[in-house]
Amino acid sequence: MVPTNYYIILSAILFGLGIVAFVFKRNIITIFMAIELMLNAVNLAFVAFSRALGKPDGEVFVLFVIVVAAAEAAVGLGIIILTARNRRSLNVERVNLLKL
Amino acid sequence: MTPAILIFFVLAALAVFGAVSLILQRHPIHSALSLIVVMVALAGLYLLLGSEFVAAVQIIVYGGAIMVLFIFVIMLLNDGEEERTHFSKLATFGGIPLAVAIAGFIAAAIAHSSGDLPAATANGSLTSTKTLSMLIFTDFVYPFELTSFLILVAILGAIVLAQREN
Repeated sequence: MVPTNYYIILSAILFGLGIVAFVFKRNIITIFMAIELMLNAVNLAFVAFSRALGKPDGEVFVLFVIVVAAAEAAVGLGIIILTARNRRSLNVERVNLLKL
Repeated sequence: MTPAILIFFVLAALAVFGAVSLILQRHPIHSALSLIVVMVALAGLYLLLGSEFVAAVQIIVYGGAIMVLFIFVIMLLNDGEEERTHFSKLATFGGIPLAVAIAGFIAAAIAHSSGDLPAATANGSLTSTKTLSMLIFTDFVYPFELTSFLILVAILGAIVLAQREN
């Protein structure tokens, strides 16, 4: 049997890598993928705790997180298409209209 | 070392490899394929934990639908390699310490609480899809109905955002 701590540590590592990707990538689509990676890390912790405590509530929450991620991907990619059409670039440093 | 631990380490290494590859690849399509590797490895971990329905949903919805949407958009916009720019000072002096601090904080919390939790698959049984659906349609029926509304709003928003203005 795998200890629950291993799953939580893996979840923390994946979440940290998601933060690093979020901060360091310049492409707006890759930044969006970093958010998905962080959501996946949280889902892993949810399922691990749910199985450890013997209550399936956490797995139901994972299903809700997946639904919200799908909705987020639909709206976010729509915004990305709009941005790319207006700015002719996917580099976030070029999207500086609101910058002082 | 039991087979379960061995399988866990193989899948965990695959997931971490995919996440590191997502950071190191410069082309967005390669990053997307790396993310699919992470998601498939996580689906294997869910199976190892005994939650078969979540594993199936992970493959079908995340690996299938969402990532195909990502790859469609990358190909639609035909974006090339990421431009190499100087890293901003905020990213260098704020980002790395932030990531290290969060990972360290979680590791410290786990180290303090180690031994409190039972092993992840202590009861050794699968969470049946029947149990999950009973929960969704009894205890969580209001959140379930709200997600349908959320998806409707998201579809409308995506259509409004992506259509061309005449």
